[in-house]
Amino acid sequence: MMLKTTLFIFLAGALIFSGVYFLTNLPGSVSQTRLASNCPPGFQLSKDNTCVSRNLYQQYSSLQNSGVGGLKSALPIPRDGFTPQQIDLGRLLFFDPVLSKDSTISCASCHNPYQGFADGMPVTIGVGGALQTRSAPTLWNVAYLNSFFWDGRSNSLEDQMQGPLFSPIEMATTRQQLLAVLNANETYKALFTEAFPAKPNDSIQLNHIYTSITAFESTLISLNSKYDQYAHGYAEALNDKEIEGLNIFRSFVARCAECHTPPLFTNQQIAVIGVPELEGLPFDPGAETPNKDSTMRGGFKVPSLRNIAKTAPYMHSGSKETLRDAAEFYNLGRGHAVPKEETLYLHWHIWEPKLTDDELDRLVDFMNTLTDESFMPIVPKEVPSGLPVNIINPTIDKVKAKRMASIHN
Amino acid sequence: MIGKSFFTKTASYVPSPVAVRQFSTNAGSDSTGVVYADPLSGDVIEVKDGESILEAVKKANPGDLIRVYPGKYKETVYIDKDNISFQGVIIGGEWPTLDGEKELNDAFLYSGNGIRIENFKIINYKGNGIMGQAGNNFVLRNNWIVDAGVYGIFPEFGKNGLIEHNVLSGIEDAAIYVGMCDNIDVRHNEVYENVAGIEIENSRHCLVENNYVHNNTGGILAFITPGLPIKTAYDIIIRNNFVVNNNHPNFGAPGSIVSGIPPGSGIIVMAADDVTIENNIITGNDNAAIAITDLSMGANLSNDPDSEPNPDRVVILDNYMENNGNNSVGEVKLLMKASLLDSAPDIIAIGGGTGSCIRDRERYNTFGLGDWGQCTTGDTKEIVTMMLDKPVAPRAITMEEKGNLTYYGICAGCHAYDVRMIGPPINVIQAIYANNPQGMADFIAAPTHRREDYPEMPPQNYLSPETRLAVAEYVLSLTQKKK
Repeated sequence: MMLKTTLFIFLAGALIFSGVYFLTNLPGSVSQTRLASNCPPGFQLSKDNTCVSRNLYQQYSSLQNSGVGGLKSALPIPRDGFTPQQIDLGRLLFFDPVLSKDSTISCASCHNPYQGFADGMPVTIGVGGALQTRSAPTLWNVAYLNSFFWDGRSNSLEDQMQGPLFSPIEMATTRQQLLAVLNANETYKALFTEAFPAKPNDSIQLNHIYTSITAFESTLISLNSKYDQYAHGYAEALNDKEIEGLNIFRSFVARCAECHTPPLFTNQQIAVIGVPELEGLPFDPGAETPNKDSTMRGGFKVPSLRNIAKTAPYMHSGSKETLRDAAEFYNLGRGHAVPKEETLYLHWHIWEPKLTDDELDRLVDFMNTLTDESFMPIVPKEVPSGLPVNIINPTIDKVKAKRMASIHN
Repeated sequence: MIGKSFFTKTASYVPSPVAVRQFSTNAGSDSTGVVYADPLSGDVIEVKDGESILEAVKKANPGDLIRVYPGKYKETVYIDKDNISFQGVIIGGEWPTLDGEKELNDAFLYSGNGIRIENFKIINYKGNGIMGQAGNNFVLRNNWIVDAGVYGIFPEFGKNGLIEHNVLSGIEDAAIYVGMCDNIDVRHNEVYENVAGIEIENSRHCLVENNYVHNNTGGILAFITPGLPIKTAYDIIIRNNFVVNNNHPNFGAPGSIVSGIPPGSGIIVMAADDVTIENNIITGNDNAAIAITDLSMGANLSNDPDSEPNPDRVVILDNYMENNGNNSVGEVKLLMKASLLDSAPDIIAIGGGTGSCIRDRERYNTFGLGDWGQCTTGDTKEIVTMMLDKPVAPRAITMEEKGNLTYYGICAGCHAYDVRMIGPPINVIQAIYANNPQGMADFIAAPTHRREDYPEMPPQNYLSPETRLAVAEYVLSLTQKKK
């Protein structure tokens, strides 16, 4: 009797689980031919079948519509307005290694949802183990950004993704290969037709690929952290240490909030702060190169700090292992890590705040309140190419993570 | 009533609460011609020596007045609420004094709208005396701020604010720093022995009037600083100020922007547009009375392709300038040498910019004003204030919109209309709470585990009761899959 009951519950559970899988349009098998018709969380479906961004920050305004301010300030205007189908297709593409030259890595290899949409490594690894020189930035809240790459050289997600896709040392595919591979896949052809019904003919074009992946990336919204609860008026959301950290963060001694400005925790400017490179790597000219301007040498885009606890190691070079190390950098003296032969126009907020050890700890406490992954997208179990969705979840796959780390070392 | 000690030790008189001063267009042009349009609406919370101002803030509700009596208060008072007023009570010359003892960062740190702070002495902080981040409709007045760190008074990202009758000294950057703000009046302040007296930076619609600005390194600055998220500075009037003997040695922190200001600078306009300088008395500034420059003078700054570098349409009307430029330094000195001039001019313009003009230029020694026109503008007296007629209203939002934003912005992480996610579908919830939004609002504040087949819902008590009801009503109103 006992056994029978247990078995029944087990079976019922299994049934419910498969029901979930079916009903919620979870990522399909190779044979998936329908895309989601619902918007992901954080979006409302409009009458013309587009997903419109929705969150509590839309209650507020910001000076000059700048998207910077204090606790109750509006965010910058986000990218939205994609259809549920485009978003879902973008999700499949994002996780599909067929987008790389040798079908070994996908966008998610370096922008791993289980690692804050970064990769846990100081610098990224491309096809064949090719090492890059900069750290993978998180994709959380990229919908709100107006420039991309550490040096800010791109102004749209559509433009940005062509960097890693076609770089010979990143995903290393070509436009021709990408189109050929996708157009040879009947599942993809059907899904692209569903996502782009106005498409004039049967073939997949590059702009459809860029739009889909942009659509998916724009849905990676993280705005429901403990900090956000505090910002919207719930004073108890943060404990005393975290509030102390907030006050250090926004004080004019530490000055963190001057560049990591709420509510996005970045002011999206280029700043020269003099971060050291990884040992053995040459000095990175940063924004000097795309701007052809030596006053911007060593300048990098101020990154958002949302979900920052998930994306160690830190800085463009990945040279700071922990949040504590990253915070301490600002306390070690203006220009302390600038190579002797370099003359940099260091940002005026880089000074000597003389924060105490306790204050640095409180800053870390505060940065830990910026974590929210409640709108984590579902990682597809299978993608239309049939290739394995081979991304690491470090919390359940420590061995593999270790192996990847050893490749890097 | 203006003044720093209008109470006596035996005062039984209850002072009027702080209020936003609404300038009426027909109330005349001086600062007494105002109407008090926003009287105290809440409670008065009293704080006495030995008590904590911050604890009073925690208790306060919007509309309350926190009245602080003489004594020493060593604390950082942060205000993340709207419409809180702070009023120091000065008795027989004894001030309520916030003393950071060079251990604390900031004295007042606010992010709320409608913050009003008056009658405090603020000393020995390391960061700022009063700092605002994004609060609109602020009033900061009658404060006495000495050696309070980097900035004395620094509203940032604020709209519609008044800074008046403050006295500030010993500040290592700008004593009064209006950074990335709109519609601000800076009036009747005294600033001395600071690196910069009054700085209007990347801000629009500002009036700097009737201030006494003396013995700073630089007196009054109207700047565009590159690399900030709000890029413009324009519509700034600098009028009726005394800008005197601003020759203090520069003690700005290495690397700070103001550390590059040459001592002896009366007024500096850097890249800002539509700046009117009128009826100031500018004397004894050893470098120059007025310097107008493009961004090339900010030689220690990275370029910003999005910052327009030239000061355009600067208007210099009647001013009294005398005894300036006796000991020029730095760039001005080099220019003088190159031009074989003995002493620096009163007014010097370096770099680009178009559309600027000056009245009666022959009154002054000038340099670099060759392409400036003769002003046709008479005066600016029609402009009494740059503040708004009415306080900036919060963005209007209906309860339905609030419910909508909450549902899609938070609830949708676990619930969808007719499919199971982490939590039950909305149509199932509707069946339970039909016509009972309050019941649903109460449940989400403190959920109990009702369904074996679902995980327990985490409490949503961080949403205000009003928001919980709004979202409950919204959820119950979803009659079909919205398409």
